[in-house]
Amino acid sequence: MEVLMSILIGLLFACAVYLMLSKSLLRIIIGTGLLSHGAHLMLLTMAGLKRGTVPLLGENALFYTDPVPQALILTAIVISFGVTAFFLVLAYRAYQELGTDNVEDMKGTE
Amino acid sequence: MSNLLILPIIIPLLTAVFLIFFKKYILVQRWISVISVTATLVTSIILVEKVKNDGIQTLDVGSWPAPFGITLVSDMLSALLVTATSLIALCCIIYSFRSIGEGRERNYYYPVVQFLIVGVNGAFTTGDIFNMFVFFEVMLMSSYVLLVIGGTKIQLRETIKYILVNITSSALFVISVAYLYSVVGTLNMAHISERIAEVNQPAILTVLAVLFLIVFGLKGAIFPLFFWLPGSYYAPPAAIMALFGALLTKVGVYSILRTYTLFFYHDTGFTHELLMILSLLTIVLGSIAAVAYKDMKKIVIYNIIIAIGVITYGIGAMNTDALTGSVFYLIHDMVIKAVLFLLVGLIISITGANSYDKFSGLIKHYPLLGWLFFISVLALAGIPPLSGFIGKILIVNGAFSNGDLVGGLIILISSLFVLYSLMRVFINGFWGDPEGSKKKESIRMGTYLFPVIILVGTAVAYGVFSEYVHMYVSQAVEVIENPEMYIEAVLQK
Repeated sequence: MEVLMSILIGLLFACAVYLMLSKSLLRIIIGTGLLSHGAHLMLLTMAGLKRGTVPLLGENALFYTDPVPQALILTAIVISFGVTAFFLVLAYRAYQELGTDNVEDMKGTE
Repeated sequence: MSNLLILPIIIPLLTAVFLIFFKKYILVQRWISVISVTATLVTSIILVEKVKNDGIQTLDVGSWPAPFGITLVSDMLSALLVTATSLIALCCIIYSFRSIGEGRERNYYYPVVQFLIVGVNGAFTTGDIFNMFVFFEVMLMSSYVLLVIGGTKIQLRETIKYILVNITSSALFVISVAYLYSVVGTLNMAHISERIAEVNQPAILTVLAVLFLIVFGLKGAIFPLFFWLPGSYYAPPAAIMALFGALLTKVGVYSILRTYTLFFYHDTGFTHELLMILSLLTIVLGSIAAVAYKDMKKIVIYNIIIAIGVITYGIGAMNTDALTGSVFYLIHDMVIKAVLFLLVGLIISITGANSYDKFSGLIKHYPLLGWLFFISVLALAGIPPLSGFIGKILIVNGAFSNGDLVGGLIILISSLFVLYSLMRVFINGFWGDPEGSKKKESIRMGTYLFPVIILVGTAVAYGVFSEYVHMYVSQAVEVIENPEMYIEAVLQK
């Protein structure tokens, strides 16, 4: 299962890098979204995908899945959500002010 | 009081939250900011004394024992850095009273600066690797806002680049933490160090060491990961530039120092060699670029990159002299880079020109400004009685005692480039006929120069009383060299 997940995460990273190297700002932001998906899945996978019930004590099971990476992912998700929201608004403002979404045109010193 | 070490984080945090409610009242914003940063400074000085007398301070947040909860750790290194941060933040806030402009002050400038201090102080104090990631994000998020606040075209453009680089490096940080967690199964830094020592750093951990170097190198701008820095630091106003130049990259350097001396010190052949080579390339490249530009802001920006190289070289060299030198130079560089950005900002606001060949003869109307600039350039280059000397001489000494002649010589020669790059500004801008620099009555020098004088005074005192400072620094280096002390303090064995 971990191997399958690793291949999937690798694909996500490859797509993210490809999109982030493109010219359009929106494609870049989609790339950052895929990148953070990959990172979060990676946290989940690297902690091990062993069988066990959800980490709720009310389940009264013998085995639980590791609760630590889930907490880490939850933290990382809200952080990347905040940053992405800021980045999207920034891109919108930049489109209004600079009149372009092509990063090739964002040059100069003024 | 065991909660002392959380105060440099909690005071700015509460202040920031409080200030959000008083958006329109600029005087309230200013005074509360100054009072709170002064309080932070005082508590951090008390913290330094406490660490000096009683050893490493730890605080298990929520009373969960060490590897299971988040532990805040204040050893001498982080206490000193927190003190330097608070001092610089205080001076930058006073400087922004006149320079930052009412539009920015009305739009949450002061609260965001406080959040920046929270992030930086937190990153210096935390003892948990994921918590360090969170404090990095607090710091970065505030830096995005500070970079773009005001919304001019250049700021918007450069913020896009800055934010993209930092999103990438944050994702890499998460990935590195995921790998590390899968290898050692813990997040507490002392516990990680203990477990790495048990397995004696197999190859996967060397890979991780390089991954962490890439992550922190992106934050700290070492070669070849510095490409984002010249553009982004060019965009914001002087006070914000000074905060960035003094604090942000130094957090990356501190993290390299922590991870390379606490985690990955068992197999130094590859990782520390790599760090040293990259540092030397950073120094060379920074020196070339610092001499190439006529633009004063660019010159100071590339001087940041040179200094980063010097500090990380000392970390890579890993002997007592070099590490002591690195800690000395780190604190010196935070102070002096803030001074230089504030002075350059002031010169630009007087002359209206970014490059130094557009004006001359400033010293006739602004003698104090000229002499402050002169002293800070000498301090930066490392002229003996001033602050930059002792750190650099120790690093060079460490390089020579490792038998690395080339490294030591590159560092020595880079000092000449540093001196030349900024002395050109002094000679061309301050000497000669006072053309293009008419005296402006509208600029009230007092409020501008007061924070600069404090910082220059600190830099001079830091150099003159280095014997006294050395007591503190050597205690910091003792912990860096003996990770067992850190582990014992945190895991309470």
